Amino acid sequence: MEEKDDEGESVCRPVQPEGLFMRVKKNSIPRCFSTRLLTRFSLSPSFLSQDIRNTVGNIPMEWYQDYPHIGYNLDGKKIFKPIRNKDELDEFLDKMENPDYWRTVHDKTTASDIRLSDEQVDLVHRLQKGQFGDVNFNEYEPSVDFFTNEVMIHPVTNRPQDKRSFIPSLIEKEKVSKLVHAIKMGWIKPRKPKETTPQYYDLWAKEDPNAILGRHKMHVPAPKMRLPGHEESYNPPPEYLLTEEERMAWEQQDAEDRKLPFLPQKHSCLRAVPAFSRFIHERFERCLDLYLCPRQRKMRVNVNPEDLIPKLPKPKDLQPFPTTMSLVYIGHSSLVRSISASPTGQWLVSGSDDCTVRFWEVNTGRCMKTLEVGGAVKSVAWNPNPAVCLVAVESTVLLLNPGLGDRLVVSSTDQLITSYEPPEEDKEQAVTWALSEGPEHDNGHRLTLTHPKAVKQVVWHGKGDYLASVMPDNSSNLQVLIHQVSKRRTQNPFRKNKGLVQCVSFHPLRPYFFVATQRYVRVYNLIKQELTKKLMTNCKWISSMAIHPGGDNLICGSYDCRLAWFDLDLSTKPYKMLRHHKKALRGVAYHKHYPLFASGADDGSVIICHGMVYNDLLQNPLIVPVKVLKGHQITHDLGVLDVTFHPTQPWVFSSGADATIRLFT
Amino acid sequence: MGGLQKKKYERGSATNYITRNKARKKLQLSLADFRRLCILKGIYPHEPKHKKKVNKGSTAPRTFYLFKDIRFLLHEPIVRKFREYKVFVRKLRKAYGKAEWTGVERLRDNKPGYKLDHIIKERYPTFIDALRDIDDALSMCFLFSTFARTGKCHVQTITLCRRLTVEWMNYVVTSRSLRKVFLSIKGIYYQAEVLGQLITWLVPYQFAHDHPTDVDYRVMATFTEMYTTLFGFINFRLYQTLNLVYPPKLDSKAESELKAEHEEDYAMDSESYLEKLSALSASLARVVATAEEEENQLDLFPTEGENMQAREKEQKEQEAQKRLFEGLKFFLNREVPRESLAFILRCFGAEVSWDKSLCIGGTYEVTDETITHQIVDRPDMDKQYINRYYIQPQWVFDSVNAQMRLPVEDYFLGTTLPPHLSPFVEEKDGDYVPPEKLKLMALQRGEKPGKSRAELDSEEEDEEEEDEEEEEEDDEEEDDVDDEELTEEKNLKKMEGTRVTPGKVKPWETGSVGNKVRLEQEEKAEEKRLAIMMMKKKEKYLYDKIMFGKKRTTREVSSLRCAPAKPTRHITCHHSKVQT
Repeated sequence: MEEKDDEGESVCRPVQPEGLFMRVKKNSIPRCFSTRLLTRFSLSPSFLSQDIRNTVGNIPMEWYQDYPHIGYNLDGKKIFKPIRNKDELDEFLDKMENPDYWRTVHDKTTASDIRLSDEQVDLVHRLQKGQFGDVNFNEYEPSVDFFTNEVMIHPVTNRPQDKRSFIPSLIEKEKVSKLVHAIKMGWIKPRKPKETTPQYYDLWAKEDPNAILGRHKMHVPAPKMRLPGHEESYNPPPEYLLTEEERMAWEQQDAEDRKLPFLPQKHSCLRAVPAFSRFIHERFERCLDLYLCPRQRKMRVNVNPEDLIPKLPKPKDLQPFPTTMSLVYIGHSSLVRSISASPTGQWLVSGSDDCTVRFWEVNTGRCMKTLEVGGAVKSVAWNPNPAVCLVAVESTVLLLNPGLGDRLVVSSTDQLITSYEPPEEDKEQAVTWALSEGPEHDNGHRLTLTHPKAVKQVVWHGKGDYLASVMPDNSSNLQVLIHQVSKRRTQNPFRKNKGLVQCVSFHPLRPYFFVATQRYVRVYNLIKQELTKKLMTNCKWISSMAIHPGGDNLICGSYDCRLAWFDLDLSTKPYKMLRHHKKALRGVAYHKHYPLFASGADDGSVIICHGMVYNDLLQNPLIVPVKVLKGHQITHDLGVLDVTFHPTQPWVFSSGADATIRLFT
Repeated sequence: MGGLQKKKYERGSATNYITRNKARKKLQLSLADFRRLCILKGIYPHEPKHKKKVNKGSTAPRTFYLFKDIRFLLHEPIVRKFREYKVFVRKLRKAYGKAEWTGVERLRDNKPGYKLDHIIKERYPTFIDALRDIDDALSMCFLFSTFARTGKCHVQTITLCRRLTVEWMNYVVTSRSLRKVFLSIKGIYYQAEVLGQLITWLVPYQFAHDHPTDVDYRVMATFTEMYTTLFGFINFRLYQTLNLVYPPKLDSKAESELKAEHEEDYAMDSESYLEKLSALSASLARVVATAEEEENQLDLFPTEGENMQAREKEQKEQEAQKRLFEGLKFFLNREVPRESLAFILRCFGAEVSWDKSLCIGGTYEVTDETITHQIVDRPDMDKQYINRYYIQPQWVFDSVNAQMRLPVEDYFLGTTLPPHLSPFVEEKDGDYVPPEKLKLMALQRGEKPGKSRAELDSEEEDEEEEDEEEEEEDDEEEDDVDDEELTEEKNLKKMEGTRVTPGKVKPWETGSVGNKVRLEQEEKAEEKRLAIMMMKKKEKYLYDKIMFGKKRTTREVSSLRCAPAKPTRHITCHHSKVQT
């Protein structure tokens, strides 16, 4: 068959005209033969007479665009272009008028129109149909076999077979050996058999309790997703919908800060509910939580808050203590820095920034006496000796005889001052003692101790003969002075500066002396002249200090709102730290007889606590706050400046920055 | 005293933890593989107590794993499979590069795969453990089954998820274990009680997903891989407990019924079977053809007394809930979510059908006269049958949550629906309870709902008013006389509108009794204040925190109570007719 095809083709080939170059559109009807159709019929006899064949060959004719001629004929003469090119109108007229228009073809090489003859048109038609160009060609001639189809006994050729057809192929051998080697080495594996076990089966058919590993006990199962509340409903109750402001706030919040991760929405019917746009996100975040979050068991504290409140004895059972404000002592015109009650409890002395010291009768609130001293009064202290009446007032420390009350007491006081006999040899002292005379003496001034520096605090010893004054100074050892009134002697007990001294105090019974610096309280033995104890207050800055009349306990108020109770027998650390006040503490005080102590602070309140100290050493002191007393107004951010108890009654005095003194009973 | 010097960070917590990168190196895995392994094995990071010690003095943020966990991973056979797969991919790429097509084919035939059966068994040694952890698996599979079959993950995964979820839904229908349903804006929540475990899952609404670009689908796919394995085993086991054939087959009776219809032109036989299963309208075939479940009576233990009675009562209620829609015939209109409603209704014993063109498996036509309810979600219907209720889909959900058939009047065609409440909220005392819930609870107790919502509101507002007034008077208790006077006053006020009322009677002026009570209260408050002062620092902190939380909740409740939207709540009349 193949050969026959070959033959057919070879027969066909010469029929096609040499160099025939025709492009005819398949669907175009013959009437509209384009003039662009290029033909070059050499065989047509009708053209022989006027043979103007171009000799330029098969070249793009636009090369001759700029020349008047278009090529050369067989004789070597120029073939000139027609003078006038046909334009569209000519074309149209031609199309309308020329009956042979459909068989006219424009020859680009000669720039002439050629009318096709009948044979040529016929040829074109045949070619269009896919027939052979030659009319006489028979395409179905009977085929003649080159070889016979019968099997012959003799070979066609006599050539012997190759040697390689007898011996095994080397290439194949190489390939096979490679495969064998690969199989041997395990590089090629046999095809895996298909899995026959079902995909799912009863995995937990044999639940073996021993199979539970130790890890399962440690395993923290992932917490379940939070269940939705009403606000997530597609149709929530209207109170769960956000208002306009809430919605704005929600939109402005960061995604992490939002309480709800979505905006509650209301849809009138289920049909109107759209897809939730963050659905895949939320699922993905859950996945991340599951494998990225460390898991921890958090013990939730499940206590009743009422159980946390300590059970204290009722304040009612701890009476008496001051509960109500009963008297206000008005008269000062500036902050009342310090107050002190007389040992009998009949009088009260107060010192103020308006440079006066006032004496009050406690029961009536009447100002008995006003003394002008030349400067702001920082501290006043009434002599604890009931037989003598001396008040130490500072700036320069003044000893006053108020001249109030019992005549005997007044005279005995004066006698104490006058009975002084100067010693034989005069010693150089840190302060100068000067006796007051004239009008000053009549006012009550008795002695003036001129200190080298400003005095901040004065304090009497329990017996009433010794007096300590504090002159805070960071850079010298002259900060504390102890004076003896009967001998008019002064001594400086400390040789070294241990820090800025805030306040000092005498032990009520034993010869101990307490010195509070900024953060520590040092206890000195005055007889042995040595340091006995150093109390760590854990405060930033001590403001005031008071010693229990028993002498074994001490309270310290500090500017960082704390009150530290020390049990001196127990430890050098505070037994209890009370943070009752909101602002800096200014004054603390113990009652002489009742188990009470008070603290006054800048928040304008005085807090009375019950502080029972037992004789039994094994029992710790009982501290119960019993009353918060309010009354002082806060002026210039200062509230209560000093507190002191009445010596016999459960009453407390407090002086404040609002220039008043108040008595709470 | 001699001995070697102790080196830092060579004992104690520093050796108990390992950073992620070190763990990865130890296992010789890429980060992606390590992540996959952790997901499959359920290993999560640990937060050490002293980060600086563990981090060898540095405070750089690092992820720590327990060293024990990583050692545990070392023995995992799947790690080898991961490496094998890596090699396989390399070989395949090489074969492609060299155009060795036979080699490619051979490699393809021997593609390494792995099974997760042993991991599932190891992570969940007992069936109940597995069941407890199935919430996420369910939600994930339901999500994946709604994905389009293009792009984001393998088609096999999607079809497998679909198959498993259909199996699950069929199980829930057969065991009637659905308890609560909730239409949220995210999707539909379902809660079922399976073998005593409460299982909650979320199904998105049937919409095409807008796939986000910031989500790593590989992580999700790994989780899904694990979940499908777990889920399949659980399904198998659950089917076994109910004596059902697994993989599920339709009842022969039901199958023949369904066959009668012209489904040849619907889909191929293999495909339409899953569709028929997912239609949920027919019951499943059992291994042993038994009659309906026999009721096994709960044994009585007389010693337990009240507890026992309560349990019995609960049991009864549950049984009643299972038969909630029994005997009702529903027809679903085409605009309602067919699958979810069919699932819920079938779970409670109703018969469901839908239009034939909507889905395969509809058993009766709209024209059926015995249909009792038609679920419709459009404002109006042209042709209505007089002997059936036309209700909105929320009725079904609310009824299921209320464990009773609610009156249908609120849910009629075109009416404004009452709010849809979450059944998962359990109000403690002090929490805000929406008025609808109060009404529902009254209904459940058997009281006739005489009050309308507006009345309920106003009543509550009255209470609030009273509260406020009490607050005004410093929260003190009043004696009876005062109370009466006050109420009289209030009545007067109400009757006469804006008239000036006589001055309020202060209790401490009127009687010494009230004074005493007040004093006593004040004293108590003072005592408490003083006691709080004496609290230890630690306890005070805790106390403050608790009180802060309490205050916040009360603030929230009060803000809900006087929400501005409340007065505009519409008023509807309620008939006390209860449908039976």
